[in-house]
Amino acid sequence: MIIAVEGRSLAIRRGERLLFSGLDFDLEAGSALALTGANGSGKTSLLRAIAGLIRPESGEVFFRGAADAGVARAEQIHLLGHADGLKGARTARDELVFQAAWLGGGEADRLDRAIERLALAPLLSLEVRRLSAGQRRRLALARLITAPRSLWLLDEPMAPLDTARRELLAGLMQDHLDGGGLIIAAVHDPLPIAAQGLEVGT
Amino acid sequence: MSAAMVLLRRELGLAWGRGGGPLPALAFYAAITLLLPLAAGSDTDRLAPVAVGVAWMVLALACLLSLDRLFERDYEDGGLDLLMTGPLPLELVCAIKCLAQWLAGGAPLALAAPVAAVLLGADIALAPLILACALVGALAFAFIGGIGAALALGARRGGLLVAAIVLPLFCPPVIFGGAALYAAALGSGGVSGLMLLSGWTLAAVALSPLAMAAACRNALS
Repeated sequence: MIIAVEGRSLAIRRGERLLFSGLDFDLEAGSALALTGANGSGKTSLLRAIAGLIRPESGEVFFRGAADAGVARAEQIHLLGHADGLKGARTARDELVFQAAWLGGGEADRLDRAIERLALAPLLSLEVRRLSAGQRRRLALARLITAPRSLWLLDEPMAPLDTARRELLAGLMQDHLDGGGLIIAAVHDPLPIAAQGLEVGT
Repeated sequence: MSAAMVLLRRELGLAWGRGGGPLPALAFYAAITLLLPLAAGSDTDRLAPVAVGVAWMVLALACLLSLDRLFERDYEDGGLDLLMTGPLPLELVCAIKCLAQWLAGGAPLALAAPVAAVLLGADIALAPLILACALVGALAFAFIGGIGAALALGARRGGLLVAAIVLPLFCPPVIFGGAALYAAALGSGGVSGLMLLSGWTLAAVALSPLAMAAACRNALS
């Protein structure tokens, strides 16, 4: 379990451009952080740096409660953006089961809970390429339920969802925080849950 | 089920899902084997001496065919992000992907190699050695090819780039395998060549995942 995430004097460079520098943040278990900023200000890059996919130019991210950053990233982090890793030629059920098992979950009761909560039952036998953007997002969100991990890194999680599903996701996020989880989300609209704000960009 | 098995099963499923697994590569293999007599004449005296070498070389080329998509699709659709936030180190993920590439593509092609060689006029007594060399060689081609596929990530016209990177690296296994087969054809035994090929393949399997993982990380950052 991760009990706190701390970013210390982070700077990220993409190509020639320095996106931001000297960025600090602190996040305790049970709370959420909303990253705001203009398009291209580095919100997605910050999420990817926290997940360990890109190396920051300087600074470091610390995960309290995990043996080290590598273990935290391999076992305790969900990263969910618009590139969701779902394969178009596979059925929604195959993808649901794979993502759950790969990320360290996938027990039958968790799968059932995700299917029920996200109303995935009618989609399960369809190929992923037949799903709409919102349906696809719901399928990707299922991994948050099927594989329990403490830190959720969400990139524009609300974007393709309709109003009812946004409320559903808000409920999911609130449950996660109530259970001692942490959420860092890049957003344009305010998050539907109580969250600290962090402006990204120089 | 362990994470490694979960990933291997998925990769095999994906390999069969996108375009019928080894079938296109097998069709390519059959077509080249048929083209050779059309181009060089069907005189068996002329074909038989090169039959083994041609079967061996076409195997190397056929193994190239599906390499460019080995990491490309995962890189584009976020699959690589998902694999990197999973429980296995990226080096092991790369090794599993190459193993699946061999199981779904290289090994079926290796089964076709002795058939092609014998059809072109090779001595049927050579078939077991051809099969052994092809199975081991295809494993080396899959892992070495993975380096090229990872290095070409994000490049336009990645397929050609993969071939340009990988074909020079295919030289050692092609030489060892070819030497084993010709030594056997001359009656002096091909076991030493097969041993060299196996040793080289072992080194490739052990070392190339390090290069693949580094190239994937570099492409993402």
